[in-house]
Formats: sequence, C-alpha cells, structure tokens
Amino acid sequence: MRSVILSVTAVVLALLIGAGILALSGASPVAAYTALAQGAFGDAQAWQRTLEKATPLVFSGLAVAFAFKAGLFNIGAQGQLLLGAITAAAVGFGVEGLPAFIHAPLALLAGAAAGAAFAAIAGALKVYTGAHEVITTIMLNYIAINLTDYLADGPWKDTSPGNIVARTPRILDTAMLPTWGPIPSGFVLSVLLAGVIYWLLWKTTFGFEIRTVGQNRHAARYAGMRVARTVILTMLISGLFAGLGGAVETQGVVGRYQPGFNVGLGFEGITIALLAKTHPFGVIPAALLVGAMKAGSSQMQFVADVPKEIIDVIQALILFFIAAEFLLRRLLHLQPEAGEEQLVLSTGWGSGE
Amino acid sequence: MSEFVLEARGITKRFPGVVANDHVDFNLRPGEIHALLGENGAGKSTLMNIIYGLYQPDEGEILINGQPVTIRGPHDAIRQGIGMVHQHFMLIPVFTVAENLVLGAEITRGPMLDLEQARAVVRRLSDEYGLHVDPDARVEDLPVGVQQRVEILKALYREARILILDEPTAVLTPQEVEDLFRIMRGLTERGVGIIFITHKLKEVLAIADRITVMRRGKVVGTTTPEQTDERGLAAMMVGREVVLEVEKGPAHPGEVVLEVRDLVVEEHGVPVVNGVSLQVRAGEILGIAGVQGNGQTELAEALTGLRRPDRGTLILNGQEMPFEDARILIENGLAHIPEDRQKHGLVMPFSVADNLVLCTYYKPPFAKGLQRQPQAILENAERLIEQFDVRTSGPLAPVATLSGGNQQKVIVAREFSRPVRFLLANQPTRGLDVGSIEYIHKRIIEMRDQGVAVLLISAELDEIMSLADRIAVMYEGQIVAEVDAAEADKTTLGIWMAGGEKESAAATLA
Ligand SMILES: Nc1ncnc2c1ncn2[C@@H]1O[C@H](COP(=O)(O)OP(=O)(O)OP(=O)(O)O)[C@@H](O)[C@H]1O
Ligand SMILES: [Mg+2]
Repeated sequence: MRSVILSVTAVVLALLIGAGILALSGASPVAAYTALAQGAFGDAQAWQRTLEKATPLVFSGLAVAFAFKAGLFNIGAQGQLLLGAITAAAVGFGVEGLPAFIHAPLALLAGAAAGAAFAAIAGALKVYTGAHEVITTIMLNYIAINLTDYLADGPWKDTSPGNIVARTPRILDTAMLPTWGPIPSGFVLSVLLAGVIYWLLWKTTFGFEIRTVGQNRHAARYAGMRVARTVILTMLISGLFAGLGGAVETQGVVGRYQPGFNVGLGFEGITIALLAKTHPFGVIPAALLVGAMKAGSSQMQFVADVPKEIIDVIQALILFFIAAEFLLRRLLHLQPEAGEEQLVLSTGWGSGE
Repeated sequence: MSEFVLEARGITKRFPGVVANDHVDFNLRPGEIHALLGENGAGKSTLMNIIYGLYQPDEGEILINGQPVTIRGPHDAIRQGIGMVHQHFMLIPVFTVAENLVLGAEITRGPMLDLEQARAVVRRLSDEYGLHVDPDARVEDLPVGVQQRVEILKALYREARILILDEPTAVLTPQEVEDLFRIMRGLTERGVGIIFITHKLKEVLAIADRITVMRRGKVVGTTTPEQTDERGLAAMMVGREVVLEVEKGPAHPGEVVLEVRDLVVEEHGVPVVNGVSLQVRAGEILGIAGVQGNGQTELAEALTGLRRPDRGTLILNGQEMPFEDARILIENGLAHIPEDRQKHGLVMPFSVADNLVLCTYYKPPFAKGLQRQPQAILENAERLIEQFDVRTSGPLAPVATLSGGNQQKVIVAREFSRPVRFLLANQPTRGLDVGSIEYIHKRIIEMRDQGVAVLLISAELDEIMSLADRIAVMYEGQIVAEVDAAEADKTTLGIWMAGGEKESAAATLA
C-alpha cells in the first residue's frame, strides 16, 4: 500500500515538473497533457497503440523485477530482448509449412529460449567466477547488439530485390501474433505471465528460495538452499521474459528484426520494475503508463507542438524520484517500517558466499 | 537544575497489536548506572529507541536536565548528549573501524575525510579505555565481540553524557564484561549517566546503582542491589518464581552420532581451527568452552554446512558428510542455533511463520510438490508461538518487529520442532530473559534425554558448566583440554581458556 503511494507520488511529481518545464518553454501544459492523453486513450486505435507500446515493457519489466527478488540487478534485459527478437524472427521467416497455431508459439519459445540462455551466462559467471551481474550483463548487451547487427546484415539479411538496409526478411503470416480488436494477444500473454510470476514467487517453494536468497543469502545457505542454482535459474527465467518481450515485439508489431527497432525496451524495463516496486502486478500499470506516454507523444507533438522528448524527461524524473525514495518519504512523512522488504540493488562481489 | 539528567514521563508507544510502552516513567541521575530489566518483549529497547529519537512516543514527554525536549532523531539525541549502543549493531559492514567511528561526525580536512586523524582517534580512545580494535579492520571481518567494542567506542567518541547500552554484554566474554564494567565505572566518575540493559541478573547486582524492572510494557518497580537478590529480581521480572539452577539427571550416552576428525579451517592462510577432533554421543551434551574468537565460530560453521574446511572429516550417524551442504546435514538430523541470529538464523522482512519453516519449507506438510501450503505453515506457526511463548502480534508479523529475545525464540522453536539427531547450539540463550533461559535449558536437556547428541558452544561458562556432560576447552583453534563436567571447576577451565598450562591440560586429556 505504502509503496503504491510512493510510486504514485513519484509519477505525479514528475508530471508536475514536466508541466513546469513545458510552461517555461512557452507551451501550455494543459494542452500538451490533453493531447497526450488523447493520443494514448482517445479512441480504440489510440488504445491499441498504448497496449502495443506497453506489451514489451511488461515483459522487460517483469524480467527486471523478477531478478530483483533474488537480489540480482539484470541490466542485460536489453541484450536478452534483442536476441529474443531476432531468434523469433529467424524462426518466423526460416521455418515454413507450419500451421499458425504451431508456428507462432514455436517462434515465441525460440525467442524466450534465446533470452534465457543468454541471461544464464551472466548467472553462471556470477556463481562460478564471482563476476558481478551488473558488469557482465552490460558487457553482454554489447555482444547482443553486435551479434544481432551482424546477423541482420549478414547470414539472415533480407535479400529481397531492392533492399539495402540491414534487416531480416518479413516473418511468415503464420508466425504473426493476432490482435483481438484493439487488444494485442501479446499483451494478454504478458498479463497472464505476470500472474504466473506472482504465483511462482509467493506460492511456490522455488519462489520462497528466490526471495530468501534475495533478502539474506547467509540465511539461505543456513537453510540448505542451493544459492548458486537459485541465482542461475533466476537469471535464466529473467532472461526468458526479456527474450519473450523481444519475440512478441517481432511477431506482434515489427514483423521482422531490424536493428534500431527495439532500442531501449529492455532498459525501460528497469524504470518499470522500480516504479512497480518490483511487484509483478505493479509492472502492468507501470508499463501502461510509460506505454501511454510513448503512444500519445506523437499526437502531443503534432497538436500541442511540444517536442516528444519531454516524455523522456518525465520518465527520467519518475526514475529519479523512485531512486531518491528518502526524498519522497520525507515529503510524505512516511517512515520505513520495520520488516519492510528491502530492495537489494546490488549484492556485492563474490559468489561463494 | 533538576536532579535528573534524563527523565521520561508517561511514555506510551503502541505498535499494531501491542502496547510496547504503557505510561512508562523512567529517570537517570548524572554519574549513575541505572539498570533496566525485563522479559523479552517487555518494551526496554522501545523505550530506549524513543529516548534516542528512533521512535516518536504516542504520549509522554522527555526531559533533559529538567527541560522538556523533542527528540526527532538520533541527530537530536546526539546533540543532547545521548549515545546509544544498540542490541543489534548499526555499523556499516564494508567500512573500516575508523570510518564507522566517524560516520555522521566526520573529521575533515577541507572537503576531504581525514582518515589519518580518525585512525588516531580510534587508537587514542581504545588505549584510554582498554578496548583494543584495529582501526583499519573492516567491520564485517570482525567477530561480534569486537564489533560491539566499535559501537561503544563510537558513542564515547561523540562524548555522550547519557549512554544507553542495550544488552552490551550479551556478546562479550567474561573478561570483556569486566573490561566494560571498568569503562562504565570510569565514565560514571566523569559524570556520565548510563542506562544498562541486560538479562544477566548477576551483572545487574554487580554494577547497578538502581534497577528498574519492566513487564509487558509497564514499569513494575524500581529497586537497588542492596534491597534485592537474583531470585527477587527474577520473580519481579517474570511474575513468578524462576528456577535458576538447571535440574538434570545423569547422561546415558549411546552410540557416536557426530564425529569430527582432524578438522582444519584456514583464514587467509592461517589456521583458525587447527586439527580439531571430537565425538559427541547420542544422549550427551558436549560443551565447548573458550574465549570468543578462538575458532568456535569457524568450527560451528564448518560443522553446519556454512563453510568449507580445508581439511578433515565430518561423520554424522556413521556416514561421511559432504562439506558446505547444510541441506544434507539437515536431512540427516542436524539442528543448528547459529551464533549470529540476524545474519544466519532469520530473514528479517519475512513473517514469523515463514521463518519458522525456513529449513523445512519444501517438505510436507508445508509444501505439496512445488506448491507451498499456507494453511499448514500458519498452523505450525500458531502452535510454536504458543509452545515457546513467542511474543508477537501474530504469525504474519515480520520477524523484524519482534524483540531481540523473541527473535531468538523463533529460531529455537524452529530448530527444536523437527526430528533431530544432532543439535549444535551456539550461544542458544543469548539475549533471552531468565524465564526463557530456564525453558530452553529444559528443552535442551529433554532433547539429550531423548537421545540427541548436543554440541553446546557458549561464552557463558555458567551455562556450559550447568548443561554440559563433558567440557572441551578451545584455545587458538585447538581443543586443549577435555574434562568430565562433574570434575570441572571454574578456575581450571579459566586457566585453560586463557591458554595457560597446556602441559597439564594435555595430561588431563591423556
Ligand atoms: N517496529 C516494531 N513494529 C511492531 N512491533 C514492534 C516493533 N518494535 C517492537 N515491537 C514490539 O514491541 C514489544 C516490545 O519490544 P522491545 O524490543 O522493546 O522489547 P525488549 O524489552 O527490548 O525485549 P528483548 O529483551 O527481547 O530485547 C514487542 O512485543 C515487540 O514485538
Ligand atoms: Mg531489546
């Protein structure tokens, strides 16, 4: 409850400061925000845009939030998402003759598996060498970017006549994900998976292990939990969600893999996860919020003549207020409660412990 | 000018489900040691936290030198000359001693931290008070006893006129307690008033000028060491007669349950456990006596799967056990009360119920396959809370909201509530009130009589002597002597613990 208050306050403050900046630059904040809301929720089409923008963010938000629960900071969601996106594309255009109800899930699974495997590398490096996941996932991000760039411009390049840019061929229709009315099926999937994560974390023994490892690794070892295995599996599942986010983006929106199309989706997962206070159900409204701002920004630029970039500023402000939680607490006279779960942003070096 | 440096009037503090302080009156004169006694959960730490500004009272007022003051936080408290050493340390583990000492009151040169100066301060203070600490040691590398010293140094550094010591002796060795008492007396001579919380009645009688007893959030009364004795205090605290001596029959040792051969644990290449071999039989209690920091911690960690020894063999129920695998040991009947309850024993944000199944969460009835069974977990918690008299607002309360002693009871309840063949109890009654100690001692003896092999590590020589059937003395990583408890006397044990007369010790061994 208190965390909801904190998050909402952060958003409100960010919007207020954003309004201040708009006013200073001579624009009307009311007009801008009205246009933004119109563009995000004004009609069915707007809704669809918002949901489409939110969908990959739910996945990457879940990925980051899930890893946080084990005390792991998965900055590599971006790289995992890229690999998921391109792998799903490869299965989407490369495997022919399958009916849609097999082909689409197959491509999704392939994307998920790619993200999972890639993230598991960081988990294994942490466990076996003590390399901190923040460092390794950042480095793995570079590998992912370059690898996908190479594939899209090399072995998997779209060779159709007239194409000169780096991109894969279009995936087959059988691999595309349907949209039901304004609702993309990928969004429905993401919401279902948020439920699965909730169940996993709070209703299963595995989730208990993850949360114990996240809150007190020493106690986890004392209790005989397999800390190393838990860390690797958590990273793997986290990467699975990020990879799935990439796959859904490929199969639901882009229709192929093209470098530059998935930029930031993984990184925004960090904002989403923090705004959601790492709760899987919090991820959905957080992703919808950011998705709506992205979806409405064009309209805002067009109608209110306000540069789109103000959206980035607002997002950055949200992140700032979430990170500077003590500021908010002072503002709201909220003291941290004894026994409040701590968000462990970084568990330090070394894995043996 | 008021007679009191500190006066708390009618302090009331409510937490969800409990009234931790119920119109409490408390005062302190300059240069006085005022002991605060009371059962676990009586509200002692809460009252001190209010005085130190960590909690705001719901009702009541605090006066310093007769002037009403509002203490909004530790900053205000420090400004008013109040220093506090907490029951659970508040040090930054990755900082050095010197850095911790000056934290919040940094010595600076320009904008830079003057660590050289800070180091010098640590050295001066530790010389002055005989509390020896290496200023450059990282706090997390220090044993609990030494961390405690850092906390005391920290308050001294801030020149407190009112010093709150919340169970400072729980983690100290008898020698260190003597040192602390010397320091405390030195401080009172300089006019510092000290509030001293402890569960050890002997200490209270030895050092306090006045004694105030609390029970269930209320002050029961104030007395002096001259007017009372251990029994009187115990009765006042618990509200009934307490059996202070342990009653136990002779042991009937059976087969060997735990065998350790030639165990070596090295730390930075130096052996801290150096070739320890020992056996514990079913139905007996082997006590390990020794001054803290002689390898007991590392020995315990090696035997409970928390640390990989460099050499040696660990045999449980006749089977060789892998190292660093608590799960297999637990499955083979290990129960472990760890030395550092908040580091190893508990997950602070988790509920009491979850902490009570920390080691058995994956087994029926607490899990069915992958699915946890909340109903069974809850029922288990309700049963154990009742049985072990854990004072909590309910099974779903985060364990962090429990008082220190009640946190310890949660661990004991958990470890005693499953089939056990081997119990390693490391400081099992640390921080418990007399009533709870009585209860836990009874349970340990009961376990022994049911055929459990018990290895008891304790800094309390009294506890070792009254519980153990055999006593081994550990010194510099080795077992230097082993005697039958019936033949042990305090003086000889003390000499062995100090490393004296190794030869005669070896003779006893042979
Ligand atoms: N932050 C908190 N939230 C909720 N309840 C609390 C909190 N702190 C303390 N309590 C409750 O208040 C009561 C008094 O606790 P307190 O820590 O003052 O006891 P204590 O006398 O210091 O006991 P001990 O000897 O075991 O340390 C306990 O019932 C405890 O559960
Ligand atoms: Mg206390």
